[in-house]
Order: sequence, then structure tokens, then C-alpha cells
Amino acid sequence: MTTYRVNGRGRVNTGKPVTFTFDSQTYQGFEGDTVASALLANGVHLMGRSFKYHRPRGVVTASSEEPNALIGTTRAGEGRFEPNTRATMQEIYPGLTAESQNKWPSLKFDLGAINDRLYMLFSAGFYYKTFMWPRSFWDSVYEPIIRKAAGLGKAPTHVDPDIYASRYLHCDVLIIGSGPSGIAAALAAGRAGSKVVLVDENSEMGGTLLSEPSVSIDGQPAWEWLEGAMAELDRLPNVTRMTRTTAIGYYHQNMIGLVQKLTDHIADVPDGAPRERMWRLRAKEVVLAQGAIERPMVFDGNDVPGVMMAGAAQTFLNRFGVLVGREPVVLTSHDSAWYTAFDMADAGAKVVAIVDTRNEVAQALKDEAQKRGIKTHLGYTATGTKGRLRVKALRVNPVSNGKAGDATHLSCDAVLVCGGWTPSLHLFSHTKGSLDWDPEAKVYLPGHKTEDVHIAGAGRGLWGIAAALEDGAKAGAEAIGSLGGKADVVAFEVTADRTGTGITQKELPTDRSAGKAKAFVDFQNDVTAKDIRLAVREGMRSIEHVKRYTTNGMATDQGKLSNMNGLTIASDALGKEAPQVGLTTFRPPYTPTTFGAFAGYHKGAHFEVTRKTPIDSWAEEHGAEFEPVALWRRAWYFPQAGEDMHKAVARECKSTRESLGIFDASTLGKIEVSGPDATEFMNRMYTNPWTKLGVGRARYGLLLGEDGFIRDDGVIGRMRDDLFHVTTTTGGAPRVLNMMEDYLQTEWPDLKVWLTSTTEEWATIALNGPNARKLLEQFVEGADISAEAFPHMSVVECTVAGFPSRLFRISFTGELGFEINVPARHGKALWEKLWEAGQQYDICPYGTETMHVLRAEKGFIIVGQDTDGTVTPQDAGIGWAIGKKKPDFVGKRSLDRPDIVAPGRKQLIGLLTEDPKTVLIEGAQIVDDPKQPKPMKMIGHVTSSYWSESLGRSIAMAVVEGGFDRMEQTLYVPDANGTPIPAKVTGTVFYDPAGDRLKVE
Amino acid sequence: MLLIHCPYCDDTLPELEFAYAGEAHIARPEDPSKLSDEEWRDFLFIRTNVKGVHAERWRHINGCGRFFNALRDTVSDRFLTTYKAGEARPDTTDLEAAV
Ligand SMILES: [Zn+2]
Repeated sequence: MTTYRVNGRGRVNTGKPVTFTFDSQTYQGFEGDTVASALLANGVHLMGRSFKYHRPRGVVTASSEEPNALIGTTRAGEGRFEPNTRATMQEIYPGLTAESQNKWPSLKFDLGAINDRLYMLFSAGFYYKTFMWPRSFWDSVYEPIIRKAAGLGKAPTHVDPDIYASRYLHCDVLIIGSGPSGIAAALAAGRAGSKVVLVDENSEMGGTLLSEPSVSIDGQPAWEWLEGAMAELDRLPNVTRMTRTTAIGYYHQNMIGLVQKLTDHIADVPDGAPRERMWRLRAKEVVLAQGAIERPMVFDGNDVPGVMMAGAAQTFLNRFGVLVGREPVVLTSHDSAWYTAFDMADAGAKVVAIVDTRNEVAQALKDEAQKRGIKTHLGYTATGTKGRLRVKALRVNPVSNGKAGDATHLSCDAVLVCGGWTPSLHLFSHTKGSLDWDPEAKVYLPGHKTEDVHIAGAGRGLWGIAAALEDGAKAGAEAIGSLGGKADVVAFEVTADRTGTGITQKELPTDRSAGKAKAFVDFQNDVTAKDIRLAVREGMRSIEHVKRYTTNGMATDQGKLSNMNGLTIASDALGKEAPQVGLTTFRPPYTPTTFGAFAGYHKGAHFEVTRKTPIDSWAEEHGAEFEPVALWRRAWYFPQAGEDMHKAVARECKSTRESLGIFDASTLGKIEVSGPDATEFMNRMYTNPWTKLGVGRARYGLLLGEDGFIRDDGVIGRMRDDLFHVTTTTGGAPRVLNMMEDYLQTEWPDLKVWLTSTTEEWATIALNGPNARKLLEQFVEGADISAEAFPHMSVVECTVAGFPSRLFRISFTGELGFEINVPARHGKALWEKLWEAGQQYDICPYGTETMHVLRAEKGFIIVGQDTDGTVTPQDAGIGWAIGKKKPDFVGKRSLDRPDIVAPGRKQLIGLLTEDPKTVLIEGAQIVDDPKQPKPMKMIGHVTSSYWSESLGRSIAMAVVEGGFDRMEQTLYVPDANGTPIPAKVTGTVFYDPAGDRLKVE
Repeated sequence: MLLIHCPYCDDTLPELEFAYAGEAHIARPEDPSKLSDEEWRDFLFIRTNVKGVHAERWRHINGCGRFFNALRDTVSDRFLTTYKAGEARPDTTDLEAAV
């Protein structure tokens, strides 16, 4: 196999060969290689197919902005497949399995490339145009095509088995980027004694220095100096260096998200080692030293494999020891690519020519080219390429007066392009710092800052290693100065620096039809210069519109290569300066980031807490099925052998109504309202009057928002003159306490009241059924719970089975009922005692589903199910709960608002289906005439619907416009198939309307 | 993530500990029954929705539990200052100039 590895070049460990596979073929590279560098060393440029046209694509860059070389990687173990990994960032290790994407049946022959022939169909805005007509084609033709074509790579099919760690970090100075300016800043700040963190996304630090070994710093070759600098930083105990660590987002007040890749480069991952770690770092000062990104040039055929960035070629040569081609052509408008040509020539390549769009370059460059026998073409344009799977020739033409002359073909095996450099300011943009247009250099530079941040080096438009070092040292010293310290000025002596200048441009001039040119601006989203000009012709004026219409810059690389070229072309088409056309907003993350890194430890059982009652384990032992209610896990029903939910619930309902049911109500929210002004506070918060409620009595309490809508409800017992035991809905406890605290702290701070959440303090057991008292009374001491002494809606402090208790006589079922509150730690013991003694009454444990059915039979509402935040007490038919004589309470004034008293409001009514066996679907919409033309007028919806075993038929509640005036009317509710089911409007109390069942002696 | 100063704890702490609670300095009327429908509507629903410095309530809900007031610039999302419930809105002309 041909090898493109150059002896004596690069930093890879040639003593350690590494084999891996790409598309099932085995390749060899060396320790330190990326997948991209190792494939290039084997002469492989073709690494993927493009998104829209499935065009063959090769690697373009040597870094994280890579748009083309996206691969799928598989690490050892099930579920460890990852799509869209950048081949330029993935390090190879023994056994790595990588595959190309977006191809079928093979990378070299792909049927999807038919799209490429249909180029004219897929122009800008094709999503909005092509698939619009005819409408009937949408389901059968367009959507399947889009679904098949959409997306990059394959989604993983398994649950991610890896561990993702998460940590916080604080430091004085965070430096992002470890090129010359980052290192200089770290040295300056580190030597001053500050706590410094230096991060870089690459596997080793050095940035540009890794690609520029010929420079010398302080009398040392660049790499020797780099080694010394790293050693010094490592000796400083106040400096932390982190490689493979990407700053993904810059958030408020200098909080930076860092994602550190820990094991993706290792063959044998230690058990339990996290794959990545998310650092949430808060820095007092930040230095952004992220360098600049090389700009492609836009010309026909600029996406053929073998056409790549000149800077990348230089990196592959000097850092990895790989020649990306033996006969390259350099196409540039910046001096930097000339040095790539020189390095390539010096490493043994036959550089065919340097083609520069500029008419003049420095004499020194021309001399160096001549010395190496490299032809130069100044004032030229590129107008096409030959070759499909690999570039074979570049078509170039001289330009005079903006017109391209006669073409010649330069045979080559690589085209190395440099269209200028764009300062990397993505993170700075996250801070909403302004970007100022430099009309000379035609780049955006950092302007007004909103954070304590310093930008150094190429990131603010400087060029050359001496300038970067000096600027970095200055930024480090400034950061120390801002912290009130003083850093020594660090100076560097740089020789053989490669300074230079260049220009940027729109798409290159051509002698051919520009409309037919496939001159790509965005490689990843397959957007061409023609697309951008078309978008402007079709009325897009702002770059934000052009972006969305063409999808330029909307791929996973966020337009790191394409944004500036797209903007230049759009502003040219509009005849405006770039800043008048705008700049799209960069958003976190800087590079694609795994969901695992964001989730961290918050997955599986750790995703959310599960609250369990003290009786939960008993329910589990007795075969309960559970359902989540807010954060609680509640027993749903207790199926016996052979029972489904329907049968179990029917049995539980029957047992409870006929004899005795026991229910775990511990999840009910509980708040103690105490203090000398407790009654006044309750009067102001709840709709009900509390002044006359005697000690030992309980009342249904209704809580409104200030807008008059129902917020919560629950039974409230008066324990003492100055102490109320308030219960809330299971999910509502935190909300209610927050609302009470709000009024107490900010509206009525003069009231002497204390609020205490006691939900977890008490276990609550509800006993319901005609035998409830018979079971309970044998356990009660210190209170008489006979019907006369302890009427419905009473509360007493006593002991139950020896446990101190707050005992309520209340009923959410319509049967004789008690709720026993005991300290939570005694809950299970009391339950077991009641369970044992209750056997003589065939005591039946029931869950939330039976509770729902029993309460619905009685027409008791559940806030949040039968109400939805737009329901007033009158709407719900519980206007009786309002203290009419009270001058004020929260929400009272709103009950007189015009819209609240207007007719036609939705009101809570009962529904009985004509066919008693049919159970309506909860949430189903209601119409009064199913024969009316579509769209029909919906007049309400079903809020609760159950099979009632006690009544031998279905029951339902619904909110319906003007419902109270519709009694006996027949309304229609669709079933799952859309067939209208007739149902008659009734009241909501279906069972025992007289309440006789409460009166058990 | 913002850092927020709780005037009761006198400590600057991560946003995670706090909950937003709407615009500040909208006192509940002494006697709502005296308000016209329009006045009551305004109390319930009409807010300044300011572009710039906004007086708003926060609660140190995962801390001391107290409600307090803050002045925050809705453009920059920066806190100018925080102060205790019941205190008058401080003059922040100098701070605003600095932003
Ligand atoms: Zn606090």
C-alpha cells in the first residue's frame, strides 16, 4: 500500500503502530494519529458523502471545524456506537472501528448521488418550494424521500451505557486555547501565582506551534520551547492544564462549560471510568486565545476529495508527518499558504504551482518559491476541478479587469486552499459581546465586552507567532491586573516567524456559466454560491433570512467555514457592506456535544427523586401496581391472582362500599398554620370562613388565585385557636406553601403567623366503609369517636394503637371515613395492626384508581383534573365553599369580573352515556350536534370518566359551556374511532345524593 | 448561570437556589372591592415589560426562603442590585451608567 508518511516529520510515535478499521478495511497508523491523519497516510481522502447531494467528500481541515469527514465510531461494548464523530478529532487506538456515513451501497458507489444530478431541484428554499405541490404527494412521495435523505449518520439504537461525570471548578484565570498566545497568557498569569486553568480541545497543547516547527523562540526550536513551557506550567502548583477539553459555551458571569473527553482515545477503558466530564467552571477572568479559522475559496468543484485547506495540509505534514498529496497545487489569497507550499516541497512533494488571486505578493515569497522551482500564477482564478472521487486537476484562468481569461488545467493530486483567516470568536459571541467590522481586513473583531474577558492573538486579528506570544502575555498580565495583582512582563525572542497578510473574497470569477457552477459555500449542508444569490433574488435581505432559506451555516459545524463566505456573497448580491447585512448569532455548544455530557449523573433512577411513603414497602410486598403522582410513587391498585386493573378496581370499590377499605393517603400535602393571627391569615387566604370553626372541627378549604380560579383544595382541621392543620393536594403542597409565604412575607408581614411544611412528618391512613368505626374504635384512646361525640368533619388529638395521632372523621368516598395521622415512623406499624385486626371485616387495601372512582361517584373534584386553571368555584359547582360575608380573600374581587359573571362559561356537570356500558374517554371533546358541518364547535371536554361498580354503569364529569342550563340535554362525545357517543347531562353526584351512608351509627 | 445576591443571607449564590416571582412593587390593594373592573384588571395583569432596568421579585427558595426585590437589566440580563422586600426601589442611575 502506498504510504504518504514522511520520515523525520511529525509528532506521532512511529515506534507504536496502531491498527484500526475504516469501512471494514484494516489500516495502520501510529500512536498520536487521528483517523483523518492515519487515512491520509494511507492515501485515503474520500471519507464521506455529503448531506443533500451525496457527493463524495474528503477531509478538509485538521481540526474541530471539520465539515466533511464525519464518521461513525464503535467502541468496545454494546451501545457504544457514535455517529458524526469528526475524523480529524478522533484519535486512533488499537481496535477502533470506524465507518463512513450517508452512503449506500458503498462509499465509492452511492445511489443517493442521484440527488446530485437533480441539482436544479434542490436549490435554495427547496424545502419550501419543491415539496409544496401537489398536496396529495406529501404523504406518499415527498415525506418518505425527505425522511430517507434527512439526517447525518445513523442514530444509535441502544441505551448509552457510559458514565458521564460532572464537576464544578473555580479559578482566577481561565485560558481557552493553548496556542502561542494561550501559553504566553498562562505563563504570565501562572508565574504571578494566580489559580490558572488552561484548556485545549486537542490531545496535546501547542496549537499553531505544532504545525510550525521551523520557528524558533528564545533561541530554541519551537517544539523544544513548547516542551519547556509545558514543563514549567506543570511545575506551577497553581496551574492546571486540561487537554481534550472543549469550552462549549460561555455563560453569564464568566461561567464556562467545559467538556473533557476522557476515554474515547483508549483501547482498554478501566471499569467504571467516565467517558466524558462536564466542568462548570466559574472564572474571575477569562482569556480567549482560540486563534483563527482558515476560509475556503468558493469555486466550481471546490468540494472534490483532495481539495482541502492549506493550513490543514501543513498540520498533517508537520504534526502528523503526512503528505496529503505528492503533486499539490496551492490556491490562495493569503501568504500563509505559500509557506505550506514551501514545507510540502521541502518534505519531498512536487508542488505543481502556487495560484494566488492577488496580483502582487511580497518579493521574498516569490524568491522562496523560485528557489524551490515552484511555478507561481498571480492574479489568477480557479474555475473548476477534474476528478470525482479524487481531484485530478485544477482549472485556472488569468483575470484581468475582473474577467477570467483562457483556462489551463494544472494536473495535481491535491488542491490546498486558503481564502484568508477568520478570527474564532464564537465563545465571545455567546457573551453577547459586540463584533466590530474591520473594513480593511474584512473581518469581524471583538468590540464591546460584557464579561471580564480578554481576547488575544489571532482571535483578534493578529498574525504571526511573535505577535501572538506578545499579545497573549499582555492578556495574561491584564487579567492579573484586573484581579488587583501584578504580572511581570514576559518578552519573547522569535526568529524565522512566518508573518504575512492576505485578502478575502466572494466566489471566484469564472469564464463559465455561474448558474451551473457547483461552488460550495457550506460543505456540510451542500449550499452553493448560486443558492445564496438566489435567496437574495427571492427577497431575503438579512443574513438571518438567507441562512434559514439556504440552510447555510445551519449544519453541525455552525458555519465555522461557511458563514463569512456566505456573508460576503450575500452582501455582494445586495450591494451592501457586510455589517449592513448582519452576522448570524453563534450559540452554544461550540462543537457538537453528547447528550450524556449534559445529563451527567442525572439519568436512570437519578434522573428525578422518587418519593415513597412509609407504607410503600407494604404495598410492594402485597403486589401493588404503582403510578407516579407528582414526585410520589403511589399504590395504584392491588391486583389479586388473575385480575386486571378493571377487575381489581371493581373489587376494591365494592369491598370498600360494602365493608371496609384501607388507603395510604400519606402523600397529601400538609402545612401547619400557627400563631396568634392564624385565623385571620386563613380568612384572607382561603375562600371559606374560619373564625367560627371551633377547635376540633374540620372544613373543606378552597384556595383561589388572585384571578379567581381554583388553585388547590383540601380538608383543614382546627387543632387549637392558633393552630390549623391544612391539607393540600398531593402535587400542590410546594405551590401552596410558596403562595402562602408570598402573601405572608410581602403583603401582610404584620401578621404573626408561622408556616411549616409537615407533609413528611405524618403518615396518613384512610379507613372508609360501614365498618370503619368498628375497626378503629378498639385502637383509640383519649377520645370518644362515637357518632354523637365525633360527627362528620371532626378532628381530635388522641392515640391510635398507642401512637400519638391527629384523627379526622372525613370522607372522600361518601362512606363513613376516618383519616389517621401518626408520626411517619409509626405509619407502617399502624397500617399492619389495622390490617391484621381488619381481617374480620374483609378489610381491602385500595389504591389511587379506586379512590378516584369512589370520589367521582360522589362528584368530588380533583383540582388539576376536573379543573384546569380557568375554573372558578361557581364553574365547579362549589360556590357554597365561599364565605359570602367575608370582606376579602385572595381572588374574591375577581369573582365579580365581567368575564367571570358572563353567561356561557364552562361549568362542571355530570354525563351519563345512553349505553351504560360505554365508558367515555377522558379529555374527549364534546359537541351538541354531531351532524353540524366541520369544523364543529367544541363546547367542552370530559374531565373524569370511570366504570362505577356500585352503580353498574359508566359515569363521567365534564366541563361544558353553559353546562348548568343543559340538564337532561343529550351531548355527543367521540370514542376512539370518532363515532359520536350520546350522553345525557346530569348533576355530578351520582351516588347516595342524600349522604345517608355517612350516617353509620 | 447568574449569581444572585440574597439581601437576607448577604451572600452571592448561584441562580439554582432562587426562583423568579414576577414584577416588584405591585402592592395588593388595601380593599379590592373598592377598585373598578379596569383598576382590578390592571392590578392582575398589566405589567411594565420593560426593556432595560426591571424591578422584580425573587425568592431564595432553596435557601433562606425569603422574598426580596432586585433590579435587573432585561437587555444584558445583569443584576444591578438586590434589596429587601418592603424597601423602596433604590436609585441606580450610577450603576446604569456603568452597564
Ligand atoms: Zn437568602
